[in-house]
Amino acid sequence: MSVDQILVLGVNHKTAPVEVREKLAFPDIEVPLAKLGEVPDCTEFCFLSTCNRVEVIFTSAAPEKTVRHIRSFLFADSNLSDEEATSYTYLHSGANAINHLYKVAASLDSMVVGEPQILGQLKTAYREASERKCTGTILNRLINKAFTSAKRVRTETNIGSSAVSISFAAIELAKKIFGSLKNKKVLLVGAGEMAELAAEHLMSQGCTEITVANRTLQNAVKLAKQFNGKAVGLTELLSQLETADIMVSSTGAQNLILKHDDVIPIMRTRRNRPLFLIDIAVPRDLDPELNEIDNIYLYDVDDLSQVVELNKKDRRGEADKAHAIVSEEAVKFSHWLENMALTPTITELLSKTEALRKAELERTLTGLDLSTKDIKAIQKLTSSLVSKILHNPLVFLKEDCDAEVKKEKIDCIRKMFCLD
Amino acid sequence: MLFTATYIIYSVATILYLVYFSSQNKLVRITARRILTTGGVCHLTLFIFRYFEAGHTPLTTHHDTVSFFALSVTWAFLSFRWRYQIKNFGTFVSVVIFALMTVAFFSAREILQLPPALQSTWLPVHASIAILANGFLALGFCGGIMYLIQDRELKKKRFTLFYHRLPSLEALDQLNQHCLTIGFPLLTLGIITGSLWARQAWGSYWHWDPKETWGLITWFIYAGLLHQRLAIGWRGKRSAIMSVIGFFAVLFTLWGVNFLLPGVHTYVR
Repeated sequence: MSVDQILVLGVNHKTAPVEVREKLAFPDIEVPLAKLGEVPDCTEFCFLSTCNRVEVIFTSAAPEKTVRHIRSFLFADSNLSDEEATSYTYLHSGANAINHLYKVAASLDSMVVGEPQILGQLKTAYREASERKCTGTILNRLINKAFTSAKRVRTETNIGSSAVSISFAAIELAKKIFGSLKNKKVLLVGAGEMAELAAEHLMSQGCTEITVANRTLQNAVKLAKQFNGKAVGLTELLSQLETADIMVSSTGAQNLILKHDDVIPIMRTRRNRPLFLIDIAVPRDLDPELNEIDNIYLYDVDDLSQVVELNKKDRRGEADKAHAIVSEEAVKFSHWLENMALTPTITELLSKTEALRKAELERTLTGLDLSTKDIKAIQKLTSSLVSKILHNPLVFLKEDCDAEVKKEKIDCIRKMFCLD
Repeated sequence: MLFTATYIIYSVATILYLVYFSSQNKLVRITARRILTTGGVCHLTLFIFRYFEAGHTPLTTHHDTVSFFALSVTWAFLSFRWRYQIKNFGTFVSVVIFALMTVAFFSAREILQLPPALQSTWLPVHASIAILANGFLALGFCGGIMYLIQDRELKKKRFTLFYHRLPSLEALDQLNQHCLTIGFPLLTLGIITGSLWARQAWGSYWHWDPKETWGLITWFIYAGLLHQRLAIGWRGKRSAIMSVIGFFAVLFTLWGVNFLLPGVHTYVR
């Protein structure tokens, strides 16, 4: 099997806008796996679907046809034309496909580089596929090695420990305040897109209760529903603040909505539990003086961007290191695959010569009357002769070299010994 | 001889903990912890030897008291580590242990004859409980310092190397509470046993001797902290500051009183 038969076809946040990606949502993994099983020549496959990507990792002896089939399956419900579909997808094959998969696993291809969820999602996708016997020798090895390289990236670089996006920066800070975010209460003020994104991240970190406070209650209800939360009017802000742990404010208000003096009595009723205030509104919603109060930590957009910048600087070097690890691991896999290609030739060579030896031995021995000791000696002679003769061709085959040269070598040996 | 060995082992552990703090290499941390444990075992052995050498519990000289103080901190720390982990706590604690051992190293090590007033079974009980309490309160002090550093990082929004290395405020606050809930009862018990002993030795429970007074002041600081914590929910920064202040009171009771305010406890030098 040649490297070029490994392919990755998919859609991610870099190639397609969210309007297109949401049309490719596959809530249930069983259906796509069953459908992919029907695609002609698609021998091994694994299906990965997350909020930022949908991709199929597969092997095929006739890539072009298989790719067409898979693409039309992915876009079946999207009513997009073939050309459009092609423009939104990426296709990698061979070494590039391996590299791509390793980068995905190591979270180097994520929207938020270094975010840890992707590895878990890939693990689940792989488990589902392998349980249904959709993967075979090649993909089993390939994906397991992707996990190994992701693990190496995680342990040998700091890429996972710092955040790049504002939301992640906020979560990292929240973790430095609260330790774990499990069962923490979140208060969203304003029902915009930013609030939604922040809520999503906080929920994924284990926050359970979400309350949305908004000037127009209707919008609050809509957003709250999405997270199984509660909706309140903006007038209830102060009473809600008594029980919240994290507050994200993103209203379009022109003036401050929360002042220093309003919060002081609240801290008493809160029994001084820490309060993390995130102000992502411009102009600002929260009084900068709030940061002076004990156990209140106030961060506005600029503060958060500063954290992000700090992390970016830190991680540029880390990312280089991570990419180096990924390429190193991808090369290792390619080597393994090349040697896989060698295996059938070597077995055929060995079995052919062994058959010849046996046949010749039988012919010679039937005409002679020899003692068992002599027979043994002759047997030994023939087998060592065969292995001595094969030694150099085998060394020649196994030598490290380019994939191209290796292919030539295999062809040469096969012709020489008439293996085809 | 054994003391010098213990001192060297502790020093190595402290250096390794500092190296770990800057490098964050896991292997260094594990080694540092093993060495610290070895130091703790040596130190305990030393204490037992010293007991037989002196013929009484060796807690009556300044050298022995401070050395036992360090021993308490070490084992209090190791007992915590066995229950739960606090990131980079070891670095701070090992520095305190090292500082105490250095003080012990430079004070006179000869064994003094026990004055008659101290010849009592209360000696080991009172002195060891009181100093063990100090051990846990010292951990609370380290936790308080760490809390204040991390709080400052988060408030100032200028992140130095401490930000990534220190655990969350919540974890440090819990540590503070934990040290208090062990240290405070021990401190109370130390004062009670002391007063029982005073009754036996001098006929009355309380003398208003400076050490007693300062012990009581210390006790009030911690009692206040505990009360505020439970009653009004004093958390975080204030309780961190209080546990730092409380520990200074502990140190003053231990040293300040001995050197500045002579009283009936003065023979403990």
